[in-house]
Amino acid sequence: MDALIEYSPSLLAGAWVTLQVAILSLMLAVGTGLLGAACKLSRLAPLRWWSALYTTVVRGVPDLVMMLLVFYGGQVLLNQVSDYLEWEMIELNAFAAGVLTIGFIFGAYFTETFRGAFQAVPAGQMEAGRAYGMSGWQTFWRVLFPQMLRYALPGMGNNWLVLLKSTAIVSMIGLSDMTWLADQAGRSTHQPFTFYLAVCVLYLAMTSVSNAVLQRLERRYNVGVREANV
Amino acid sequence: MEWFDLTVVTGSLPEFWRGLWMTLHLTGIALIIGFGFAVPLSIARVSKNPWVSAPVRAYTYFFRGTPMLVQLLLVYYGIGQSEWMQQMWEAGNPFWLLFRDAYFCALLAFSLNTCAYQLEMFAGAIRNTPNGEVEAAKAMGMTRSTALRRIILPSALRRALPPFSNEVILMLQGSAIASAVTLVDLTGAARNVYSRHYAPFEAFIFAGLLYLVVTFVLVGLFRVAENRWLAHLQPRRSASDAKKN
Repeated sequence: MDALIEYSPSLLAGAWVTLQVAILSLMLAVGTGLLGAACKLSRLAPLRWWSALYTTVVRGVPDLVMMLLVFYGGQVLLNQVSDYLEWEMIELNAFAAGVLTIGFIFGAYFTETFRGAFQAVPAGQMEAGRAYGMSGWQTFWRVLFPQMLRYALPGMGNNWLVLLKSTAIVSMIGLSDMTWLADQAGRSTHQPFTFYLAVCVLYLAMTSVSNAVLQRLERRYNVGVREANV
Repeated sequence: MEWFDLTVVTGSLPEFWRGLWMTLHLTGIALIIGFGFAVPLSIARVSKNPWVSAPVRAYTYFFRGTPMLVQLLLVYYGIGQSEWMQQMWEAGNPFWLLFRDAYFCALLAFSLNTCAYQLEMFAGAIRNTPNGEVEAAKAMGMTRSTALRRIILPSALRRALPPFSNEVILMLQGSAIASAVTLVDLTGAARNVYSRHYAPFEAFIFAGLLYLVVTFVLVGLFRVAENRWLAHLQPRRSASDAKKN
């Protein structure tokens, strides 16, 4: 217990790293997901093919393999570029590699979530917007997007919870997130169990808070929709 | 600038196969053990008695709320390498010696994890059983356990097939973390090939392709299984639909 108190500032700093990785990847993933959904619903066939390839590959390859590819492969590419330009060697940042990979992976899951949600908004809504003389962008932003979000929220919440937990693998490329720091603390104090359990508690706290926030958000976006009373 | 040297892959093929085999049986056995415990526990999960359902709920809350990597490290380094456990080893009890084995620890962690996810999806399917089916079973004079065995479980497990296929694929992907506890699964093999040849593209792209192929095969098998066992739930095709397909 004393060891846990001694190492708690370090562990909390790790928790902050974990949260940063998770939030930045979430932002990247939502952006990628909107773009991917637009491609999937596009009239242009090549865009549809690319987005289909993207979501298939991401779902078929483990996140860890992709992260190792980005981290080690990215380093090789960087070395070649810096050799070519005769710069000094640039070291690929584990934080950047982690955020890029997790954002890319979850972009595929958000693509599917958003695609389904856009399709769930009745076509008449879009037509009505256009009939009022709004431009394509205006109908998207004012009519389609807010309604889409209601359908997308449960899926988005689910994706976020999975994303949060998959941040733990960044410790395997040496980023000092809370799992990595717990590993270090466990080694130096010979109490690995205590520290891994502490990490579990921190993750549980994060997922529980997320669940509570998501429930509130869902209620907020469901205002004006009658619930079926069975 | 040679960025994909095929001889690195061909030279390490036996290593990749051994890794793939490790991934497959680790995932497969964990899924089977998880399934074996998930079915009875899902019945406990839907029980109206809180003394029965609450412990199961606490179990799934913990295992679904934390990363599988941390669970694996908790079992292997946390329990397996602790001083208490080392005393047990010295006492020579064969059961505790199991925790020294990375394979056993990975199997334990993966089974506990997948069991938690599977039991929640089975419990969801049981709760969604159409009431008419239960009433009909009662009207036929079946006891609760007979109805469970003959009506509720077969119906619920079938309906749980699509999420179950998802879980199988997620476990396959998730098992990649086994290399964190010194196991040489497919990802572990790729990491070894990478560090020996300093060839990240060859090692990880080839491993990724193998995972992709296994995923495709699994998706195909589950499609066959769904056509077989979920045929009664598929929307009926009208004549115009049939033409389109």
